Amino acid sequence: MKFGVVVFPGSSCEADCYYIIDQILQEPVSYLWHAEQDLRGVDCLIIPGGYAYGNYLRAGAIASNSPIMEKVIAFGKKGGLILGICNGFQILTEAGLLPGALIKNRSLRFQCENTLLRVEQTNTPFTSTYTQHEVIKIPIAHEEGAYVADKETLERLEKEGRIVFRYCNEQGEITPETNPNGALNNIAGIINEQGNILGMMPHPERCAEAILGGEDGERIFSSLLAWWQGGAGR
Amino acid sequence: MKEDFWKEVGLSESEYELIKEILQREPNEVELGMFGVMWSEHCSYKNSRNVLKQFPTEAPWVLQGPGENAGVIDIGDGQAVAFKIESHNHPSAIEPYQGAATGVGGIIRDIFTMGARPIASLNSLRFGSLKSKKTQYLFSGVVSGIAGYGNRIGVPTVAGEVYFHPSYEDNCLVNAMSVGLMNHEELAKGFASGPGNPVFVVGARTGRDGIHGATFASEELSEATEEKRPAVQAGDPFMEKLLMEACLEVIKTGYVVGMQDMGAAGITSSACEMASRAGTGIEIDVAKVPCREEGMSAYEILLSESQERMLIVVQKGKEKEVQDIFTKWDLEATVIGQVTADGQMTIREGKEIVAQIPAKALTELCPRYDREAKEPEYLAQAQGYDLASLPEMEDYGKVLVTLLGTPTIASKEWVYSQFDYMVGTNTVVPPGSDAAVLRIKGYNKGIAMKVDGNSRYVYLDPYRGGQIAVAEAARNIICTGGKPLAITDCLNFGNPEKPEIFWQFKQAVAGMSEACRVLGTPVVGGNVSLYNETNGEAIYPTPIVGIVGLVEDLAHVTTLGFKQEEDIIILLGITKDELGASTYLSVIHGLEAGKTPEIDLELEKQVQQATLELIKMGLVVSAHDCSEGGLAVALAECCIQGKIGADVALTENIRPSSILFGESQSRIIISINKSKIDSVLQQLKKFQVPYKVLGSVGGDSLNIAGSGWKVNVDVAEMEEKYREAIACLMKG
Amino acid sequence: MFKAIITITFKKSILDPQGNAVHKALKSLGYEDVEDVRMGKHVEILLRGDEPQEAETKIKEMCSNLLVNPVIEEYQVELVEVEV
Repeated sequence: MKFGVVVFPGSSCEADCYYIIDQILQEPVSYLWHAEQDLRGVDCLIIPGGYAYGNYLRAGAIASNSPIMEKVIAFGKKGGLILGICNGFQILTEAGLLPGALIKNRSLRFQCENTLLRVEQTNTPFTSTYTQHEVIKIPIAHEEGAYVADKETLERLEKEGRIVFRYCNEQGEITPETNPNGALNNIAGIINEQGNILGMMPHPERCAEAILGGEDGERIFSSLLAWWQGGAGR
Repeated sequence: MKEDFWKEVGLSESEYELIKEILQREPNEVELGMFGVMWSEHCSYKNSRNVLKQFPTEAPWVLQGPGENAGVIDIGDGQAVAFKIESHNHPSAIEPYQGAATGVGGIIRDIFTMGARPIASLNSLRFGSLKSKKTQYLFSGVVSGIAGYGNRIGVPTVAGEVYFHPSYEDNCLVNAMSVGLMNHEELAKGFASGPGNPVFVVGARTGRDGIHGATFASEELSEATEEKRPAVQAGDPFMEKLLMEACLEVIKTGYVVGMQDMGAAGITSSACEMASRAGTGIEIDVAKVPCREEGMSAYEILLSESQERMLIVVQKGKEKEVQDIFTKWDLEATVIGQVTADGQMTIREGKEIVAQIPAKALTELCPRYDREAKEPEYLAQAQGYDLASLPEMEDYGKVLVTLLGTPTIASKEWVYSQFDYMVGTNTVVPPGSDAAVLRIKGYNKGIAMKVDGNSRYVYLDPYRGGQIAVAEAARNIICTGGKPLAITDCLNFGNPEKPEIFWQFKQAVAGMSEACRVLGTPVVGGNVSLYNETNGEAIYPTPIVGIVGLVEDLAHVTTLGFKQEEDIIILLGITKDELGASTYLSVIHGLEAGKTPEIDLELEKQVQQATLELIKMGLVVSAHDCSEGGLAVALAECCIQGKIGADVALTENIRPSSILFGESQSRIIISINKSKIDSVLQQLKKFQVPYKVLGSVGGDSLNIAGSGWKVNVDVAEMEEKYREAIACLMKG
Repeated sequence: MFKAIITITFKKSILDPQGNAVHKALKSLGYEDVEDVRMGKHVEILLRGDEPQEAETKIKEMCSNLLVNPVIEEYQVELVEVEV
């Protein structure tokens, strides 16, 4: 399964994502420079975290207009798999591939910490190897991670089961106390209508190895591989 | 030229006379401006160089010692680590966010200019009392600035320390350290070699910011300096990130002859330092330097401290290859001159020569001063304070909780959670332990790093305080399973023209040097920040040690929290009746007095080596050294981190306050699996290291039993006080 | 030459944490009469051209294509002619 990690000026987590695919999943992966128009026939795109274009104007705003995005949007609309992590999630909302927006944390500060997430949907290419309502530990590191959307959009997302991860506590309870950044409805990650594009604020690539303190993030990548190997999405 | 212009640029009259002698003529304004910055304390170390000669700087694993942009050490497998620490104190006191941000930017450039990819940032911060609104403002601004800049570069900020003490009320300290990794063959130096080779300026455009920033850093702060606010530069971390990627890429091509970042004294310092090192000359046309403001004079262009710029000497003929890389990263790269063979720094504005100074005159010919040194008057009295008469306290549990809630000791989570310490997915030991450890992907080894310094020890005994600064830094590396390799130093002191301050400086460096020798950690680079005084009041003498060590096998990585019920707790080292210079004395009794704890460097070495050996043998479950707050605070920290209690007995025949809170040196607390007790004790006897079995891990409270006294505190209560202390003060 | 002054603010429906924080800070400084604070962005664009209608159209395009995120923001434009 071929992966492509999109790199913008200012991206900083591309090497971390590359490493997971290359060393942990052991699948072919390449970097896709933002100025190129070639997606190199990849099966899954990863838009990594960082500060593309310094997050100037708005997080992800300038990046969403980058040369490669035309191809990325076409790829996504055709059903190609796209995983947007942190800055990647911000870029996907700015590009219109996912609804809503990410705004400044309620604390007005950058927050680097582990969070507990409840897996709300397991019938997606990204979460097929988790169990329904499993509680997993994945870190966040952002200052603009509060998911917002208008009432109609939120209702739709809830009704259509497109909220994939929510911030929770050890017992899997969704409460204001378990919400680290003020995201509406404790939303940490969502999926598009077609089910092929996932955006999430937490960083799964940062907890895919025991030595870094946890492995719960690894299954997002192995879910993708399992989905692909199962013949789906081709 | 204005009368006494030499005074305006920060030179003394005798220095002015010396310049005339060197040039054999009257210098013009531009030339005087260049001498003013290059001969400032900040750039020339003229007051400190002779003292710094005491530092040991060599070892078989040192690839580059002091004198370059950063020190470099070998870590095996053809790999090397470049690291350095630098201060940005004066700018941060005036404009905390940008002062701290540009401090981070500057030190990161010093690392990637050597060809190393920055892999971690650390910082050491000092402020006044956190109860004051001014301190809260500075503290908040500095932390935001470090976060705002550091997070955007994508380099994790993994360790640090923060102290709050009244002596820093008007002079906060911001010391920023950067660590980078490279392969040996990627090492790039700041040499302007090869006459005829083109000289490029790359990165940001040059503006009017920060002119005479170097001189500003070499002065005490007063109301007049408040007016110098424009001397603080604004940083652009996005530009720096692009610059870093482009420079690392261009170094790999092999076409770079020399590279240096532009920090204090901008183009002037980079150009003359590179030429001076290579023994060549350099010619620069200021009209070719891309400017972002209109009508900048040669003087302004030469002294501008605009951020995110590098000076690169390229192999003649390879200009286009280099240019293409910068274009890819959307950065400007402009030829502004060339290397010459005449040893002169020649500045042109178009065809006209506006300044010409021998490169070495700006660097090597700067006078060095042996300032007068005199032991301060306060010292004898402070050291002689009769601590024996100090009353014992009623409830030591309460004292312990108070100390845990003191901002200097309390958890710094409020600070480090604002830093991305995970980016890069190499952070194996994150903030909260004795040192940070980063793994190196593809290898089973890691790099341990820490930044450390206790200024009260230095205030009360500079020599001993200097020794302890190095010893404690090394001890922290040991506790995480690493072998200390080398240090970088940031020496923050008051006005060196005062004999008492200079005495502190000299003594501290002497103490540090001795510890470096005994412990085998040479100094590979560093920074001196003098004139940290306001209206005549100096800060506590604050030498900060940044240290790097090698964890030979990731299986050795050790953290400080207790791990499981029934593990046995052993204290290595000796607890003496030493309350002097302790945090307990300061916080509980309001005293800055007594004798700095003794340090026996040979014993320190033994304790460190024994601990590391035990770790390597797989016998150690947790390790933590005793420092501020003494044994009780250290035990509490092990309980809090491990979320588990302990039962220990402290049977020394000395008063309880000393046992619990005295800061005797060379002590490490380890916990071990109880099945291993015999092997461990056998090893300790073999190492001839003094030790005491204190008790065992378990329960949910810390219980300390003494002779006729005891301490019982719930771990949950300690944790809450420890965790919330800083956040509480910052909220209100 | 035209100068467009664009003021971009969060939509009323979006909770503005910065505006809230500034509101609280003003209150603590004694300004009890402050009803509300909204933070926004101020963008100035110098645009070459002679036709005000054309300029306004271009500016509005810039807003919808890049400068403003319609999901969370709204904006106002003030256009003035300036000397070259």
